[in-house]
Amino acid sequence: MAPFAGYDMPISYPTGAVEEHLITRRSVGLFDIDHMGQIEVSGPGADEFVSRMVSATVLDMKDWDARYSLLLDDKGLVLDDLFIYKLPGRWWIVVNASNREADYAWFTRHAPQGLKIEDKSDATYMIAVQGPRAIELMDLVADRKVSEFPRFTAGEIKVEGIPILFGRTGYTGEDGGELFFPAESAERLWTLLLERGEKAGIETRPIGLAARDSLRFEAGMPLHGHEISPTINPIEAGFKWACGLEKDFVGKAAVEAVIAAGPARKLVGLEVSGGVPREGYEVLAESGEKIGVCVAGMFCPTVKKYAANAFVLPAFAKAGTKVQVLIHGKTKEALVVKRPLYVPAYRR
Amino acid sequence: MKIDTNARYRTSHEFARKEGAEIVVGISDHAQESLGDIVFVELPEVGKTLKQGEAFGVVESVKAASDLYMPLSGKVIAVNEALQGDPALVNRDCYGKGWMIRIAPTAPAEWDGLLDAAAYEKEAGKE
Repeated sequence: MAPFAGYDMPISYPTGAVEEHLITRRSVGLFDIDHMGQIEVSGPGADEFVSRMVSATVLDMKDWDARYSLLLDDKGLVLDDLFIYKLPGRWWIVVNASNREADYAWFTRHAPQGLKIEDKSDATYMIAVQGPRAIELMDLVADRKVSEFPRFTAGEIKVEGIPILFGRTGYTGEDGGELFFPAESAERLWTLLLERGEKAGIETRPIGLAARDSLRFEAGMPLHGHEISPTINPIEAGFKWACGLEKDFVGKAAVEAVIAAGPARKLVGLEVSGGVPREGYEVLAESGEKIGVCVAGMFCPTVKKYAANAFVLPAFAKAGTKVQVLIHGKTKEALVVKRPLYVPAYRR
Repeated sequence: MKIDTNARYRTSHEFARKEGAEIVVGISDHAQESLGDIVFVELPEVGKTLKQGEAFGVVESVKAASDLYMPLSGKVIAVNEALQGDPALVNRDCYGKGWMIRIAPTAPAEWDGLLDAAAYEKEAGKE
C-alpha cells in the first residue's frame, strides 16, 4: 500500500504487478479507482461554459457521449486531463485525484452566475473493469447489454439493484468500462464482480497502481504530472488532436502561438537496451550532448521492452533516431520509436 | 520468508553460500519479496575484483532500482546469464536458479563476520 493524493492505494496485489498487467491484457482486471474525482456542471449556460473551459470540441456531443479533453490555463499549459460525459441536462467531468480541488476551484472561479458546479467525488465510487472479456462479464451481471453501447458512450445500468453509470471507456488500451455508483455499494459490487467472473470461468483479478501505470504507458495514454503537466503545453506533448481549434477556449491563443512557432521540444517514446529508464533520467545524443529528459519509464510486460517517454529537442524526435539514456551513471543505447508501443483496442 | 540455512547474509539482504572454494551470491527471499516483480538485473563483468560492501550490480523491480553489495571481497568468476532473459528467476528461485554471481573470495575470513541464517532471520523479521 502507498499514500496517493490522500488515499491509501495498493501498488500491487499479491498477484504481482507484471502478472496483473498480463491478466488485464488477456481477460479482466478490476481497478479500484475511487481516488478519481467527479465534477458535475449543470444549469443555464452549462454547454457554453464547458466548451469554453476545456480544450476539446464538446458542443457536437450528444447525450451519453464521452470524450477525452485537456484542461488548460491561460498560458496554454495543462492543468489536468479529463474525461467528459454529456448526460441529459448535465455534464459529468472525471478529473485526476491530485487535481480535484484545484480543478473544482478553477471551474468555480470562471463560472457565470446561476451555473451549478458540484464536486460529487465523495458520494461517488469509481471502479474500472478492463480487458478483452470485461464486456462479457458486464453483460452477465447487468440488466442491460453494455456490449451494445458504442465505444466512448455511457449508459445507466443496474447490477443487483445497484444503479451504475457505465462508460465504455478506460485507461488500459483494452475494451471495458468505467463504473460510477453510490459509494456505499462499493464493497458489494467489487466482491460481486470478482465472484461472478470466477464463477463464469472469466479470469478476473484486482489490479494495483503499478500495473495501471504500465498498462496506460504501453497504450500511449498520458499520466498527469508526467507526459502532461502545468509546465507542458499540448502541442509538445502531441495533443493537438484534443484541441478544438475551431472554437474559443481558455489557453487557445497560447496553443496557437506554439503551433505557429513550433514546439521547443517533443514527447517521444524510447526503447532502451540494458537497463530500466525512469522519470528524471537524462537523454543524450550519440555525441553525448544533453537533448532531453525522461518523464516516465519502465518495463513493459506485454511488449517485453524497457521503454521511456521523454521530451527531447525536435531534431531528435523522429522515429529511428539513435540516442542514449543515462542510467545509474552509465549511458545506455536507446531508439526513438513510434508511440504507442501497444495499439489500444478501440484503434484496432 | 524462506531461508537457505547453508548461506550467510548481509543486513542489506544479499546471501553468500560456499560451494567448494567459491562463493555463490544472490539476494534473500525476504529481499525479493519486498522488492516485488524483478524486471532487470545488472551484473558486473567476469574478472572484476570488488571489495566487501562495494556495489556489484543493480536489481530493478517494477517499483525501483536497488544496488547490490558484495558480501565478501573477491573476484567475479561467473555471472548468471539467464537473468538477462528472465530476471524473474530471482523472484521464483532466489537461492537456486536466481543466483547472481559466483566469486573467488580474496579475504575468506570475512565469512565469519556475516550473519548466519538464524541471525539474519531475526534481523529481516524486524522490517
